[in-house]
Amino acid sequence: MKCRRCRAPAVIEIRRHNAGFCRDCFLRHSREQVRKAIDDFDMIRPGDRVLVAVSGGKDSLALWDILRDLDVDVDGLYLGLGIGEYSDDSGRCARAYADEHGAKLVELDLPADVGFDIPTGARVARRAPCSACGLSKRHLFNQAAVDGGYDVVATGHNLDDEAAVLFGNVLRWSTEYLGRQLPVLPAGNGFVRKVKPLVRLGERETAAYCVLKGIDYQVEECPMAAGNRHLGYKAALNAIEDQSPGSKHAFYFGFLDKASPLFTPEAVAEQEQLQACARCGTPTTGEVCAFCRLVERARG
Amino acid sequence: MVLRNPRREVELHGPMRVHALLERLEINRESVLVIRGDTLVTGDIQLHDEDEIEIRPVVSGGSS
Repeated sequence: MKCRRCRAPAVIEIRRHNAGFCRDCFLRHSREQVRKAIDDFDMIRPGDRVLVAVSGGKDSLALWDILRDLDVDVDGLYLGLGIGEYSDDSGRCARAYADEHGAKLVELDLPADVGFDIPTGARVARRAPCSACGLSKRHLFNQAAVDGGYDVVATGHNLDDEAAVLFGNVLRWSTEYLGRQLPVLPAGNGFVRKVKPLVRLGERETAAYCVLKGIDYQVEECPMAAGNRHLGYKAALNAIEDQSPGSKHAFYFGFLDKASPLFTPEAVAEQEQLQACARCGTPTTGEVCAFCRLVERARG
Repeated sequence: MVLRNPRREVELHGPMRVHALLERLEINRESVLVIRGDTLVTGDIQLHDEDEIEIRPVVSGGSS
């Protein structure tokens, strides 16, 4: 197989683009896809300070690297989750990238700074681990961005992640979630802008990007995520994609283009019910926000 | 050949194309990268007995 752009031998085939790419053309293609997502959805504006949430996995390290290549003013944020050896290795990958590239990495540690780890927090609060983890990340990423004077939090959610979440939300017709499943959530109500610049890249592409750039990332799967519903949705979508390349892209971007606005009123109605959390001030629908309730239960 | 998540090693005899290898192992090509040495190989590449191959899953993640 030849590279679509320069006819050199290809190292990766992307079937939804009906194309193969050599190393250099693939890296350029990846940067172009991120640039297009940023421009199409007005994610990052000139002068914005961006904080990228870095897990040590392929997506967030690829995102950090691409944003730096695109001359975005970006620092990394690593949150230690206290998931044993998995977290130790993930932190090592994030620090190694920062050291090798002279990039700034802000670090937070859930056990040391907040007082609980994900396995304990999930068990005590009777939440699924991924739910306790996501809740903690959303809260602490935003807090770190506000504290650090950043305008934007960027996360490494890719096309596969977004298509899988959309699939789950459609299966259950979770209209309030559908109303805010967007690649950009604007700033407001104490939240900085949240953006997902990798929505035009699949996770096979972000992994390939790291391999081809020599970026050492956490290859192992999070032990807490094994067997979760999200991975089942991804397997189902990959089975469809294998038969019909481009299905995931069409599903997600078709939703954004044709269906997402239909659910906006649900999201707006929820926004209008928000009030400040009595403990931390974060906007919430209850008196105390979900994160503060999790912290209270996890600390016992 | 090294397969990951869970990590295991299997020995297969070539020549065999990458596509055929993945089919034989019943692995969806959308869910992995195939790595020979320090670079990636596409599905049409012929693999030989002496090649050391890693099949690396790319599907990750939990979701709240």
